[in-house]
Amino acid sequence: MDRASRPVVAEFDAVHRHYRMGENVVRALDGVSVRIHQGDYFAIMGRSGSGKSTMLNILGCLDRPTAGRYLVGGRDVSQLDDDALSEVRGREIGFIFQSFNLIPQLTVLENLEVPLFYQGRVGAESRRKAEHLAERVGLGKRLEHKPLELSGGQQQRVAIARALMNDPLFLLADEATGNLDSNTEQEILALFDDLRRDGVTIVVVTHNQKVADRAEFTLWLRDGRVERLDDNRRPAEAAP
Amino acid sequence: MIRDSWRIVKLGLKSLMLHKLRSSLTTAGILFGVASVIAMLAVGEGASQQALEQYRDMGVTNVLVRSVRPEETQQSSSNMWSVLDYGITYAEADRIQNLLPQSQVVRVREVQRGVMRGEAFRVTVVVGTQPEFLEVSNMKLAEGRWLTDLDLRNQENVCVLGHSLARLLFPLENPIDQTILAGTEDRFRVVGVLAAQGRAAGPNGTTYDECAFVPLTSSRRRFGDTIRNLTTNRFELTELHEVKVKLASSDQVEGAATVLREMLRPAHQTRGDTEITVPLELLQQEEESKRMFNIVLAVIASISLLVGGIGIMNVMLATVTERTREIGIRRALGAKKKHVVQQFLVEAAVLSALGGLVGVALGMVVPRVITARFDVKTVVLPEHVLLAFCISAAVGVVFGIYPAWRAANMDPVEALRHE
Repeated sequence: MDRASRPVVAEFDAVHRHYRMGENVVRALDGVSVRIHQGDYFAIMGRSGSGKSTMLNILGCLDRPTAGRYLVGGRDVSQLDDDALSEVRGREIGFIFQSFNLIPQLTVLENLEVPLFYQGRVGAESRRKAEHLAERVGLGKRLEHKPLELSGGQQQRVAIARALMNDPLFLLADEATGNLDSNTEQEILALFDDLRRDGVTIVVVTHNQKVADRAEFTLWLRDGRVERLDDNRRPAEAAP
Repeated sequence: MIRDSWRIVKLGLKSLMLHKLRSSLTTAGILFGVASVIAMLAVGEGASQQALEQYRDMGVTNVLVRSVRPEETQQSSSNMWSVLDYGITYAEADRIQNLLPQSQVVRVREVQRGVMRGEAFRVTVVVGTQPEFLEVSNMKLAEGRWLTDLDLRNQENVCVLGHSLARLLFPLENPIDQTILAGTEDRFRVVGVLAAQGRAAGPNGTTYDECAFVPLTSSRRRFGDTIRNLTTNRFELTELHEVKVKLASSDQVEGAATVLREMLRPAHQTRGDTEITVPLELLQQEEESKRMFNIVLAVIASISLLVGGIGIMNVMLATVTERTREIGIRRALGAKKKHVVQQFLVEAAVLSALGGLVGVALGMVVPRVITARFDVKTVVLPEHVLLAFCISAAVGVVFGIYPAWRAANMDPVEALRHE
């Protein structure tokens, strides 16, 4: 199916995010517009201070734009209150962090169930789903282990499985391979490729060119503005 | 719903297990608070029940007038052979009956004597009294009969034995119709035995269980009005040792007590040789002091639980800071503020409820130890236990509110960045 006919899962419409620092106003994002379609593999790149983190926070509904609109699955979430934003995070977004961010006192299975817990959906079904996803990321036998008993790569796999538990509109990965050695990095990137082939929408925020190169699109940010949007697809793929 | 709550409690336990020592020390604060509250309440309740029982045994419709041996002056005690004359007289007892015609007035003489039967011997108090004594003192007969008006009129040499005295003098046989010797020459025929009273009330530290009871008239005729006190070796002239006045109902007690005090004042106030005991007043005083005790206890309990609560708050604040990142993760994964509040409140409540639970156990053991070791009556009331436990759990919630609120109001972005 061609890209334009796939629904838009996340849309920035002239998003501004300004911080007041004493007398000065910092324009972390200054009118960013972008559309991410279902099934896209999107990389957001930029040097530090470019607005990458701010964009990530807004994409993840952890922060709100000062001006402009942010739509998740066609719904404007820019003015939602804290509870409603939590709801959107819980239902529509799958977070993957640089430092894995598993909860140390919980087992792998319990970590996987956390996103569904807040929607009151923990039970036999969530357990089956966790087992299935753990299998899919290659950790089917580790459900009762604690995170610290696993290697970094394995922890990140758990985190990816956790991000998929709520069938999100898109995965949002923040330097997902930043804490991993290059072999493990390749494994994780291969897993992203797999997911991508299965139709999962992936947004990675990174400063690592190798990571960005795997994506179909690379959005370059500079000083809070879109510098350019690269289309990395081979011509055959890119044809409308 | 229930499964979710259980999950939250389980999660709380898991998180507390991250710092076993710290959690147990915090729990100890609540534990000892709860245990000491329960133990103190048990001791207080025991003491007050004992006092109440004792005063009830004395009879809440009774007013007791006792003769009290006055303090001896140097001069009077120097003369061994002078007679110490004190206390209530027969005439006064008759006046009491005239002043309070509706009441039953029971005259009592208490004469210390060695009581003997065969080999068995015991120094005890021979109580001379009237038939009404049994009812007024709220005592029961086990065997035979009690003293009668006829016994009094005829100055019969009959006696009724207290339960343990009967056991002592007649370990194997039926005492009825046997004869005992009081002093060196006075023989009395046993006509009845009292049922065990099992209480302390009695003359001069002797319980009624250990006494022998004879007709008042026989006591007077046999022992005379002047009696050698076996303890002080002095001759004492005391007509009556006690007058028990039983009123028709407890609301007459106060008025009767006033009348008696007024009546006895002129003759006895300066010597201080009579004493009026009003069990009902004592009962009310006891209830009042129990109320005071409870207030003091409530203050102590609040302070100790406050200290425990501050401990909990301290630990929860540390926990929240330590687990800032966990809070960020949970928020990113869809936890609302209320979920975070709930998580940390449950943790605080679990912490203090665990302390409460162990404290309840300890609080129920300590009174038993006190009873066994110091022979002090203790009573653990279920409502006290429940109250102490509920307060402990509530302390956790109350002192957990601020830390939980802090946790919930963290900025998720900042929390995720926290190292």
